[in-house]
Amino acid sequence: MSADQWLGLFTGVLFGFLLQKGRVLRFEKQVGAMLLKDMTILKFMLSAILVGMVGINILADAGVITLNHKAINLGAVLLGGALFGAGWAVMGFCPGTSLGALGEGRWHAGFAIVGMVAGAALYAELYPFFKSTAFAWKDFGKIGLPEALGVSPWVIIPFFWAGTTFLFFWFEKRGL
Amino acid sequence: MKWKTKDGGWSPYLAGGLVGLLAIVSVYATTQWMGKTNYLGASTTFVRAAGFLERMVAPERVEANEYFTKEKVRVDWQFMLVLGIFLGALIASVTDRSFKLESVPPIWKDRFGRSIGKRAAGAILGGIVAMVGARMADGCPSGHGLSGMMQLSVSAFVALGMFFSVGIFIAALVYGRRSS
Repeated sequence: MSADQWLGLFTGVLFGFLLQKGRVLRFEKQVGAMLLKDMTILKFMLSAILVGMVGINILADAGVITLNHKAINLGAVLLGGALFGAGWAVMGFCPGTSLGALGEGRWHAGFAIVGMVAGAALYAELYPFFKSTAFAWKDFGKIGLPEALGVSPWVIIPFFWAGTTFLFFWFEKRGL
Repeated sequence: MKWKTKDGGWSPYLAGGLVGLLAIVSVYATTQWMGKTNYLGASTTFVRAAGFLERMVAPERVEANEYFTKEKVRVDWQFMLVLGIFLGALIASVTDRSFKLESVPPIWKDRFGRSIGKRAAGAILGGIVAMVGARMADGCPSGHGLSGMMQLSVSAFVALGMFFSVGIFIAALVYGRRSS
C-alpha cells in the first residue's frame, strides 16, 4: 500500500471510531434528526464544523493549505441535494455512516451500500444527460461565503459560533 | 455538560469536536504528505467501487464512460478512508460492547414491521436515489456537510439546507408524525 493509502486508512479509522462513539452511525439517530426528535447528529456535525472551521481558516490564511470549494452549480446542487435528502430519509444512512453502521453490526446497512453502489453506476450512465440539463443552468463557480459577501471569514465565524451555541442551548433545553 | 451519554457513548459535542480536530490535522497531513490538500469525504468512493465492480463484467463500458474517466477508478486516499470508517466503528463498538447484530432498525420496524425484504427494498431504493443526488450535488454530509461548511463554501450551505429540508419532509411522509 502507498503512503497515501495508509494515511487515508489511519484517518478513516479515527473518523469511524469517533462517529461510533458519538453514536451518530445508527439509523434511528439519522432518521430521528429528520423526524425532529433526536438532534444528536446535528450536535455532532455542528461541533465538528465549529472546531474545524477555525483551524482550517487559520491554516488557509497562513498559506499552509489551500481551500477547495465545491462549485455552486445551482441546478445540480438544488436538485442533487433534494434527491439526496429524499433517499437519505428512506435509507437512514449517508455514504460515510453506512460503512460505519456495518462495522458496529447493523448489517442491514449493507443493503444501503448495495443501493448506493448501484446509484453510482446509474449516475455514471446518466452523467452526459445531467451535464446538458441540470448542470447547464447556472454555475456560480467555486466560491466561499466570505467572497460572496465581500467580508473576511473572521467576520462570519463569530456569528456562526454564536448562532450555533444558541441552537445547542435550545436543543438541551428542549431535551432534543 | 455530561461527557457520557445514557447508552455509554461519548457526548456528541465531544466526539464531534474531536472530528473537527481530526479534520484540521487531516488537511495539514494530506497537504504535507500528498502535496495536495484533501478534505474528508465519502461519496466519490462509491463511484470508484461501482467502477471496479462494473469493470469485472464490462471493462470496455467503464473505459468508455466519461464519468468514470473523470473520477478515475482507483483505490485512493478517500477509498481507504471509507474502509477505515468501517474498521474504526468496529473497534469502537467491540471494545465498548455496543456492537449489535441488527437486521431491521427501530423506527423502521415500528412503521413497516420486521420484514427484512421490505427493509432491503427501502434501503436499496433510497440508496440509489441518494447516491445519484450526492454525485449531482458533488458531495454528501461529509464532503459538503463537514468539509464544505468548515471552509464556508457557498455550495455547502445550499446542499446541507436541501439535504435536511427535503429529508425532514420525506421522513414525515414515510414514518408519519406519530409521537413516541
